[in-house]
Amino acid sequence: MTKVRILYFASLREKIGKEAEEIELPSGVATVAALRSHLRGRGGLYESAFAEKALLRAAVNQDMVQPAAAIKAGDEIAFFPPVTGG
Amino acid sequence: MKISVQKEDFELGLEVQSLSKRSQSIGAVASFVGLVRDVPMTLEHYQGMTERAIAKIVEEASGRWQVMDCTVIHRYGALKPNDRIVMVAVASAHRGDAFAACEFIMDYLKTQAPFWKKEETREGARWVEAKASDDQAAERWK
Repeated sequence: MTKVRILYFASLREKIGKEAEEIELPSGVATVAALRSHLRGRGGLYESAFAEKALLRAAVNQDMVQPAAAIKAGDEIAFFPPVTGG
Repeated sequence: MKISVQKEDFELGLEVQSLSKRSQSIGAVASFVGLVRDVPMTLEHYQGMTERAIAKIVEEASGRWQVMDCTVIHRYGALKPNDRIVMVAVASAHRGDAFAACEFIMDYLKTQAPFWKKEETREGARWVEAKASDDQAAERWK
């Protein structure tokens, strides 16, 4: 398997217009931060949704992680704005 | 331990009663209920991760205080003012541990559990922005 599943939530989901997608993990993309840059590089809706100033959090396989966290094929990676539950 | 992420309402009294009966050594139960304030809202969550994140928060609390048992219920979906959103009840032998663990779990829920509120204001729907004060509330336990 060389794909990752990416999930988007809340305002990010609305900006991109989709809640999930599977993409081929590009070679050299090994961290959450690198994936974020890759998505931003797609342009269009992604460029503004993943702009550097956009305050986003991420989870890998359902654990909240820092941008430097490693990712690999088969992972479920989620991007979302800071949480507002409770 | 009971963790539930649900659309349905809950009844605090019944939950506390059921929690209290799980051990004869329980001497204190501290509980908190969070309500919708002022405007209707819809709560979205990350199914699967939510339950997992709450379990991790409870585990962290159990490492710091004596938590004999606990119940955490968080609702999602459409809610209106005065509706209950969340409840945390912690059972312990003594009140100190129960109070502290209950507050800790709520503070961490605010910053770690993947929920997002969208308010239906008169000007239209808007996503609630995370508050710096919530981060600070969680930080103080470090």
